[in-house]
Amino acid sequence: MEFFTAQLISAVKLGSIYALVAIGYSIVYSIMGMINFAHGELLMIATFSLWLLLSAGVPFAVAVVLAVIITAVFGILIERIAYRSIRNAGESTQIITSLAVSIFLEALCQAIFNSSSKALIIPDVFSQTFKVLGVTVSVIDVVTLACTAALTVAVVLFIRHTRVGKAMRAVADNQEAANLMGINKDRIITTAFVIGSVLAAVAGILYSGKYTSFSNDMGFMLGVKAFIAAVLGGLGSLTGAVAGGYIMALLEVFFSGYLPQGIGSYQTAFTFLVLILVLLIRPNGLFGSSARERS
Amino acid sequence: MLKVSNLSVSYKKINAVRNISFEIGKGEIVSLIGSNGAGKTSTMRALSGLVRVKSGSVIFDGQDLTGASPSQIVSAGIVHVPEGRQVFSKLSVGENLEMGGYLVTDKKKVRDRTASVFELFPILRERIHQKAGSLSGGEQQMLAIGRALVTGPRLLLLDEPSLGLAPIIVERVFDVIRELQKNGMTILLVEQNALDAMAISGRTYIMESGSIAMEGPSGEIAENDEVRRIYLGGKETWNSSLLN
Repeated sequence: MEFFTAQLISAVKLGSIYALVAIGYSIVYSIMGMINFAHGELLMIATFSLWLLLSAGVPFAVAVVLAVIITAVFGILIERIAYRSIRNAGESTQIITSLAVSIFLEALCQAIFNSSSKALIIPDVFSQTFKVLGVTVSVIDVVTLACTAALTVAVVLFIRHTRVGKAMRAVADNQEAANLMGINKDRIITTAFVIGSVLAAVAGILYSGKYTSFSNDMGFMLGVKAFIAAVLGGLGSLTGAVAGGYIMALLEVFFSGYLPQGIGSYQTAFTFLVLILVLLIRPNGLFGSSARERS
Repeated sequence: MLKVSNLSVSYKKINAVRNISFEIGKGEIVSLIGSNGAGKTSTMRALSGLVRVKSGSVIFDGQDLTGASPSQIVSAGIVHVPEGRQVFSKLSVGENLEMGGYLVTDKKKVRDRTASVFELFPILRERIHQKAGSLSGGEQQMLAIGRALVTGPRLLLLDEPSLGLAPIIVERVFDVIRELQKNGMTILLVEQNALDAMAISGRTYIMESGSIAMEGPSGEIAENDEVRRIYLGGKETWNSSLLN
């Protein structure tokens, strides 16, 4: 039972990270119809920014806020420089461009900081542990869950109830009609990138804070898994992105914990096998609408 | 009120609108009719800023709107209700109307306009929390017009408002257009339903292959033998060309 609870907590932690990143994929996709494969690199940018700021002696709390802002600026710049001009180009152009941006950022980071793994020193308070139901939990775990819950709720409230949030849904729903109402699409897309970048930055910091070591390739696998989580949940659906993130983490953690010895290390393969099966039955994801409904 | 001079619009290499000029006076209903592909919708899309104007000018109440962005055009007081209604199907009826007020900073105006939209279309008030996609075609058309009215327009561009609607609903839509005019709205109406359009409009322009082939008071145009033959005799004879 204790093992089960520990596994569950571990899955919830990982799922929170996936969920935060998956929301970013989903929001940008629903507004631009484009998958931003460079999204994972925002986690790397946030972590490296935080690391640099901390080494420069900036107090932790200030450094976190600055790292999130820097990441958001990168998100805005990526869209402005790389994506704006190909907005109406074909899907394959967009996929290749965003992959190129992803590889470029990772390589640039490697060129500047080399590919060795680095240590992120966070205040001791985060690594303190306490017991809940006989299971050891650390402060960072609680912070991870709290941040995810707070940010998810904030994003949902923003999109449901604010003027700009409604305009985002309007653009996602019918771009031309939104245009006719005078809604400036550039501004809406920038907003989408800012939201996605902030969530990715928080996810990156939480992830590196938990494992305390990081390198320039940290965003890649996390990004891919979060993207798959978003697809599993149904691209374009916020509920789907969050659910997809947690389902993905649950599968991964429980496969790794309960598969017989010898094949336990293949947890990722088993996870993806389940995802493939789910998508065979529901090609639009668990919460996705069919292409016909969407049009 | 609106003066369009030598307007041309092209998509890629096709000249959809060639050098057309027309005027709309305050309080008028002007209809723009013609076959599919004659350039009516392209003209509307140029007026609302959805497509780039290739040459010519658009002057609205003395303000040069040639090449202006859709948001500048909406702010200036021209709003386009597109063909096929194009409501935000996943947003509620209330949210659709709110989007009409997106650029309006004075929220009291938005509330007042929404209230008068509900007076014009009581059904929308009943359906305020319903998703727009769940409305019938006629209700969606009313929502599209209502949403446009919340922008506070002085000139309404209506593209095929009767398309795909049951005859009884079409009648209702034309009643609404008349009512709007009575309240002082200026309207440019594009219609397949040419006879109905001519019946409620003061003047008519007929477009053919991107040019204006004929213009005049709707009553006279409707009496024209060639026009009657085309509209009462079937569309295949349309290409007999009014220009010759």
